[in-house]
Amino acid sequence: MKNSAYIYKLLSEIPDPEIPVISIVELGVVREVSIAGDTSIEVKLTPTYSGCPAMKQMEDDVRKKLKEDGFEEIKLSIVYNPPWTTDWLSAEAKLKLQKYGIAPPEESTTDKSFLTGKHKSITCPRCKSKNTVMISQFGSTACKALYQCKDCLEAFDYFKCI
Amino acid sequence: MTTQEALFKYTLRLGDCSIILAQRLCEWTSKGPFLEEDLALTNIALDIFGRGKSLLEYAARIEGKGRTEDTLAFFRSDRQFTNYLICEQENGDYAKTMIRQAMVDCFDLLLYSELTKSKDETLAGIAAKSVKEITYHKRHSFSWTDRFGNGTEESRTRAQKALNELWRFTGEFFEVEEADEILIKEGVAVDVKSFQNKWETELHALFEKANLTLPETVFMQTGGRKGIHTEHLAYLLAEMQALPRMYPDAKW
Repeated sequence: MKNSAYIYKLLSEIPDPEIPVISIVELGVVREVSIAGDTSIEVKLTPTYSGCPAMKQMEDDVRKKLKEDGFEEIKLSIVYNPPWTTDWLSAEAKLKLQKYGIAPPEESTTDKSFLTGKHKSITCPRCKSKNTVMISQFGSTACKALYQCKDCLEAFDYFKCI
Repeated sequence: MTTQEALFKYTLRLGDCSIILAQRLCEWTSKGPFLEEDLALTNIALDIFGRGKSLLEYAARIEGKGRTEDTLAFFRSDRQFTNYLICEQENGDYAKTMIRQAMVDCFDLLLYSELTKSKDETLAGIAAKSVKEITYHKRHSFSWTDRFGNGTEESRTRAQKALNELWRFTGEFFEVEEADEILIKEGVAVDVKSFQNKWETELHALFEKANLTLPETVFMQTGGRKGIHTEHLAYLLAEMQALPRMYPDAKW
């Protein structure tokens, strides 16, 4: 019988629909895998944000991937607890985000400074300058804020801490 | 009323408040005062929609009569919606939208923070997720309230007018009905009275900082949770429900 490590590896091939450089496993939305037999499986997913419009796409992608691997009875469920946090992004995933042009979250969510606005400056993913300014707390998707670099003048997305 | 009926009612109300407010906020899409604000508000609406969807989905499951979150959202009339009246009020200008949002965000953050301790795991889970999001929303609406109040004479006048118009809808937040009482005893629902003072203190401080004055004692409007709404809800629903009502077999 296939083990969960195998399934996680399989699901790692599914890119995040909005940030295709990281997989849905690296993003931390795959919460639990229970294999009930060679053709039966249950996978629990958690949304990054309550209204994440990519959730349906992720569900469809997971279903398709598992079907291709021979699973027939596929149960997908959405879990809310514990709520998704940027702390689940691996160091590797953060590096990938940066290379892609999205500044990765710089603090841990246990550090509440990101809420009081006293957070340390965000590094520009392009020129690495710390001379940046927040333009809007809300960016191109629910999980990002919009920043601008005052040195290279480029606007960029910051993956905000939640 | 059985516990199950109470839980359905409670969850449905939370869901209705979210869906209706989100639909209202969506009216700003592409009409925001500037691009970043347009994005901000649509993001906020999306979070609230997501919460509403989860809640209505759960309400449908509790009810167990084959309805789904879609049938609950699209195939009920205004009299069957139990959202608070403040959620359905028209957007007005940006000051009005932000003042409304500040009042709701402040309430929601306190409510959902408490709800994370609910004995109902699904509600607690949805709440835990929402608290993180509302924290951001509140920061946004509070900062705008401050900016409008301390901005120009024009912005202050508009913010004050909005406050005068909307304050009367905040009494509903703290009403407690039979369903709440049953669930509070079970440790499932939140006793809103427990944080009423905190809500008032926080908003008073905000308005004081923003140089705005609360209206003198006013009659508090009520009726939302009984399905007795202001005239604005039916128009909102007409727009929201038009497509699925016209084409009931339409698929996403």
